[in-house]
Amino acid sequence: MSAVAPAVPSSPMSTSRASAVALEGLTGRIVEIEAALTNQTPGLKLVGLPDTALREAQARVRSAVEHSGFEMPGRHLTVNLSPAAVPKHGSGFDLGIAVAVLGTTGMIQPESVGDTVFLGELGLDGRVRPVPGVLPAVRAAARAGRSRIVVPSGSEVEASLVDGIQVIGVPSLRTLAIRFGADLDAVDVDPVPGPPVLRERRSDSDLAEIVGNAEAIEALVVAAAGGHHLLMLGPPGAGKTMLATRLPGLLPDLTGDAALDATCIASLAGHGVDRIRSRPPWQAPHHTATAASIIGGGSGRIRPGAVTRASGGVLFLDEAPEFAPAVLDSLRQPLESGRVSVHRAAARADFPARFQLVLAANPCPCGQWGTTDGTCVCAPSARQRYLGRLSGPLLDRIDIRLRVDRVTAAQLRLAQEDGPRVTTAAARERVLAARDRAAFRLVGTPWSINAQVPGSWLRHPDREPAERARESLEAALERNLISLRGHDRVLRLAWTLADLAGIDRPGRSEVGRALALRSPDA
Amino acid sequence: MADKDDLGRRGEDETAAYLTALGWRIVDRNWRCASGEIDIVALDGGELVIVEVKTRRGRGYGHPLEAVDPRKLTRLCVLAGAWRRAHRGVRARTTRIDLVGVLLPRHEEPTFDHLRAAA
Repeated sequence: MSAVAPAVPSSPMSTSRASAVALEGLTGRIVEIEAALTNQTPGLKLVGLPDTALREAQARVRSAVEHSGFEMPGRHLTVNLSPAAVPKHGSGFDLGIAVAVLGTTGMIQPESVGDTVFLGELGLDGRVRPVPGVLPAVRAAARAGRSRIVVPSGSEVEASLVDGIQVIGVPSLRTLAIRFGADLDAVDVDPVPGPPVLRERRSDSDLAEIVGNAEAIEALVVAAAGGHHLLMLGPPGAGKTMLATRLPGLLPDLTGDAALDATCIASLAGHGVDRIRSRPPWQAPHHTATAASIIGGGSGRIRPGAVTRASGGVLFLDEAPEFAPAVLDSLRQPLESGRVSVHRAAARADFPARFQLVLAANPCPCGQWGTTDGTCVCAPSARQRYLGRLSGPLLDRIDIRLRVDRVTAAQLRLAQEDGPRVTTAAARERVLAARDRAAFRLVGTPWSINAQVPGSWLRHPDREPAERARESLEAALERNLISLRGHDRVLRLAWTLADLAGIDRPGRSEVGRALALRSPDA
Repeated sequence: MADKDDLGRRGEDETAAYLTALGWRIVDRNWRCASGEIDIVALDGGELVIVEVKTRRGRGYGHPLEAVDPRKLTRLCVLAGAWRRAHRGVRARTTRIDLVGVLLPRHEEPTFDHLRAAA
């Protein structure tokens, strides 16, 4: 391999190309990498809106090429990432750049590359290192109609989760080059392993561990069955957090696109992925979280926020009034549309954000208001201000408002005598059955769970509750106990209760219980 | 004489032989002026060529031509002008600058990387 030519190369202006994927959010587009050799002193210039990590590819590619048994061409290389106007981030382009560079001097056969897409970071020793976001990138390549993709060995399992595209895992640039026509002997290397796989949350905490609070448990089942957002008000120590952590265990497995999205989000966050995730995720950000961390953002590369990481699962905001009001209100768009669109000067990214919101709050700053065993020391104005931080438009989207009280000694004794408590498994059975009933009723509509159904649909004459059942609801409306919007929420909850009870339409008791779940003080 | 100067000298000799084999006429070697030194001046047909030679034992420190940076190229242009002014009698249609990278591994034949019209 004498790369130093005895005289002028026969065609001093040779070009070569390879493909890679630029990710923006969960979607990606194919980027063509062109490398051209020009008659200038040796060097490598990268053009096409690279970020810092990508610009440093020059150093990595050069070292990797030279440690893989090749020599860098003895002329100037210009590498262009096209379309040149799309911003590109990260180190995943290294492999494609190296392939294009080796193609200019014919060390790799350009015909054998064809429409293959390359994905991976290069180590200085020529080994190929995994990058975050392999799964969405492979999905983007498959959707773009590409037939083959080369990924780091450490990401081969993850990439293979996508159907309809041939996946080739390579441990090193040398192995890759041999596969694409380089005349070298294979050298065994230790492949760089992928990041540790984040095990899915198999709820290790069971509903049966909760003593007393039977009402709250039932409300949790209703929230799970209808997908309703939930607000829990109660003094410290009432078990609000304990209840909330049990909610993901009650939800059905993720399927189809929701499952693939959840897996892609985990991959994008840099977690190892070895199978499609099926359990609903759980996110519980601290109340000092910024809007960017909740919604997604960042300069340069736009990263998903907590609403996206919770998509398909539960977003739990403990001490909700302590969150910055702007942060809470930024939840309104994703709550409404199930997606979040993050715009920055340089780029825009759309992420899924179909989460179930659970808020927990103390009733007042000292937490004792309304308890029987404590005395509130807050001024009425302080109390009002405290819950007033949860804005009306946000509360409007929350169907269930639940008062959770501390368990008393008497309740504890009773609970112990009552025998077996509700287990997560049993409760999930009921949730699944109720969701099936709702899905069956909603066939032919864009919705599948009760929480998504708009008021106009609920108020349609075909879907009236039983005659006697409406009376209490209308009485409440007449006495201004609830607004029309509140009326719709009660109806929605009544349908979920009917689904759980296994009856065709809500009756008097369902409407009554729905009214109670709307809670006295909110 | 330092080892590296000796190596450079040998590289220039080999290059001169190589250029002669190409049919070029060597006009001047190691011409000095206030701005610096030109390794080889040769005539490629009717064209005057200023040749800069870079010699290496091997590629451990990179490709020989990588040592020629834009500043060095600019200086070669200045030197080319100076040489033309000092030798008005030499007739040539045009002038160009070539770079020759020479690899001189011990006990092996030299290899040349000839970059024409570098500036």
